[in-house]
Order: sequence, then C-alpha cells, then structure tokens
Amino acid sequence: MTVVVRVPPVLRSEAGGAKEVVASGGTVREVMEDLSLKLPALGERVYDAGELRPFVNVYVDGEDVRTRAGLDTPVSTSSTVILLPAMAGGR
Amino acid sequence: MTTYRELLRRTKERISEVDARAAGELDGAVWIDVREQDEWQEGHIPGAVHIPRGHLESRVESVAPDKDAPIVIYCAAANRSAFAAETLGELGYTSAHSLAGGFTDWKRNGGEITMPRTLSPERRTRYSRHLLIPEIGEAGQLKLLDSRILLIGAGGLGSPASLYLAAAGIGRIGIVDADIVDETNLQRQVAHSLDTLGTPKVDSAKRSIEALNPDVDVVTYRERLTSENVERILGDGWDLIVDGADNFPTRYLVNDASVWHGIPVVHGSIYRFEGQVTVFAPGQGPCYRCLFPEPPPAELAPSCAEGGVLGVLPGIVGSLQTNEAIKLAAGIGDPLIGRLLLFDALVTEFSEVRVERNPDCPVCGEHPTITEYIDYVEFCAR
Repeated sequence: MTVVVRVPPVLRSEAGGAKEVVASGGTVREVMEDLSLKLPALGERVYDAGELRPFVNVYVDGEDVRTRAGLDTPVSTSSTVILLPAMAGGR
Repeated sequence: MTTYRELLRRTKERISEVDARAAGELDGAVWIDVREQDEWQEGHIPGAVHIPRGHLESRVESVAPDKDAPIVIYCAAANRSAFAAETLGELGYTSAHSLAGGFTDWKRNGGEITMPRTLSPERRTRYSRHLLIPEIGEAGQLKLLDSRILLIGAGGLGSPASLYLAAAGIGRIGIVDADIVDETNLQRQVAHSLDTLGTPKVDSAKRSIEALNPDVDVVTYRERLTSENVERILGDGWDLIVDGADNFPTRYLVNDASVWHGIPVVHGSIYRFEGQVTVFAPGQGPCYRCLFPEPPPAELAPSCAEGGVLGVLPGIVGSLQTNEAIKLAAGIGDPLIGRLLLFDALVTEFSEVRVERNPDCPVCGEHPTITEYIDYVEFCAR
C-alpha cells in the first residue's frame, strides 16, 4: 500500500526539494522504514534506530501518532502523513 | 386638549411612586435608569441598568424577563420614570415603581452613586469599527484597553503583532528584544524603518506604536529573555504572551515560565515559506513541551542563518497570532488551543493538526520532571 507523506519546507532539502513523497507500508513503522531506504537523508532526520526522533512529530490524518498506536498506527492509501519537526524562527 | 402637566399629574395618580427607602426594601428589584446617555455618564445608582426611555419597550424584557418581579425606574426628577412605569404596566409588569424625586433627590440625599466606565468620544471614534461588531462592542473594547500583552521579540512576528495590537487598543504592550535595527530587517520587520536603523528594536517599535495609538502604554525590555530575567519580566503582570522568538532556548524558557505563571502563549514560528501558529493555554490545553518535549540537537536544528524567510510570511503568521491574542483578550471566539495551524505560503495552503495534552509532559504533566528554568545552549546563530 502506498501513502503520501508531506514533507515540511524545513526537511525538503533532504527529500530532493519534494513537497510530498510516496512511501509504502501499512503502518507508520513500515512507512518510516521505506522512507529511510528511499531517502536516507530524510529518514535519518525523522527516524533513528527503530524509533521516531523525539523532536519530530508524525501525524496521520491530523493526529499525532504518539497519541495513537505510535509506530504501529495503521495508515491507508487515503491517509495523509505529515512530518513536523520543531521550528523556532520568528525573525 | 390635555397639557403635559395634566398628563403627568394623571399618570402619577395611576402608577406607584416609592421613595428611596421603600425602593431599597423591594427584594430582588431590577433598577432601570431611563435617562439619556449623557446623563447616565455623569453617574448613576449602583447596580442600575441603563435603558434610555425611547428604548424601554423594546429592551426591558431582556433585563426583566419576570413580569411579576419588582422594578424600580428612575430618571432625573421622576417625570419620565412615571410615564415609563405606566408603560411597563401596559406591558404586563405587575410591580413597576417610579422612584420619587429621581436621581436628583437620590444624589441630594447622599445616596451612593457610581460613575460608569465608558469610552470617551475620541475613543468611540477611534474604535468605531470594533464597536460596530456585536461580539466586541463597548464592553469588548474596554477589555482590550485593560489588557496587558507581552511580546517576545520585535522582529518578523513581533512587528505586525505590535502594530495590530496597538491599533486594536491593547492597553499595555511589553516588548522584549536585545537587538538593534539593521538593513536586513527592513525586508519584513515593518515596525522599523530607515529612520530607526541602528537603534534598539524595542525603542523603534515603541516609536511606531506611539505614532499609531497614544492609548497604548509601551514597556520596553532591551534584553534577551534568560533564566535570570524571566521572573522579573513576567512579574510585571501580563495577561498574555505573544511568542515571536527566533531560537529554541527562548521558546522553551517562555513555555516553562508561562506554565508556572499560568499565562497563555500565542505561539508562532516561521521558516522560508512555512509558518505555524497555536495557543498554549496552561490548564486548558497542551504546552510547547507537550508538542516538542526537548529542543532538537544542534546538528539537526534548522539553521536560521541559512534559512531565510519570505518577507510577507511573518506578516501573515504574526497577524494570525494577533488574531488569537485579540480574541483571547476580548474573550470571544474559539482560540487555537490544542490545534496547530500550518501555513504553506508557496502553495497557499492551510492545514491543521491536533495537539493533545501529554500526561507525561515534563513541565505541565502529572509528574513534572522539569521544575526550574533551563538555559539551553544557543546553537542557532542569527
């Protein structure tokens, strides 16, 4: 199953400038594993040693996966996955 | 032909007129002042509701829905109130009484009076477009004038926020920023100008605010927020914080301080074409550490210096923050509590994700592990 993963501008250089990338998997873990294979630079920013990085949030259909089943949260072809790292700029 | 005198005399014969002492003994009475606006503004009986005589019939039921409850009506000299009492009788009120001698005798006999809080004619003009909105009106505008809002940063986000908060009539605006205005700021920081290049941003912003609205009391802090000064600055008494900081250490300091002081924070951040806005309201919703428990390590933090930002983006995001701040100050609408609004300026797209309170949050959770300020090392050079 393939899902669309939205890449925030902060991470787009790690995704070759893409705003969205397609990854396959039925759970967030599988999507992260696939992302790490296809786009290692992006994968590394989000997912490390089998865990989500603590300063990056992953949302499936607007819900933080940490408030759901974490990496086991299911995704479907109609799901939107959003990667969201902390951002501090105010200038 | 009936004259006014005769009409008044006959009306007074039909209605109940009570003196101040008897009126005071009417338990649960609704007191209605039927004089004109200018008379009301010069003082009225405490607790009275103001309904000018011409609006009595249309408005009385909203302030006195129970037609058997006692009502005391007064005007200046018990003439208009006599006619008003008769009208209330016709509307079915069974216990409407005119106050004998009216406000004039009340005041002469040493009765207690209060001066209503109303906007001056100048303020009525300045804020007329707010007064026309039912959700704001005079009461809402007075709330804005009573509000004290602290801005962290007088840069990209702080510029539009300071100007729109000032224009809205926020009574006191505090600004924390240690920087000096330079040429590279003018691409987006609209509170500053060529005239203020080389001067402290807090002074430059204060000048812009005062040029826009002399109602605003501006308090400047020409310093960077640190664990050393955060208690002193927050101790000056702020209802709300608008966070437009440009670095993680300040963001986390603002968060921890706001949780411990119970002050809501309107959070905004920007990078290139993207912005984020949310409201952290202690006790009501998540805090910044519920969203991001720890700052990212230096090597993974987006570099501010290389980042760049579309000039108008902080205008949009800072204005969205101001919208939240004004709503919170006026007590209206649905603030962005528990909702993180994402804006992508390049494709012009808004999206929203939910932010939940984390019971394990190190600051606002059930068993906090962070109980004092942390000075994170600054790794993002401007």
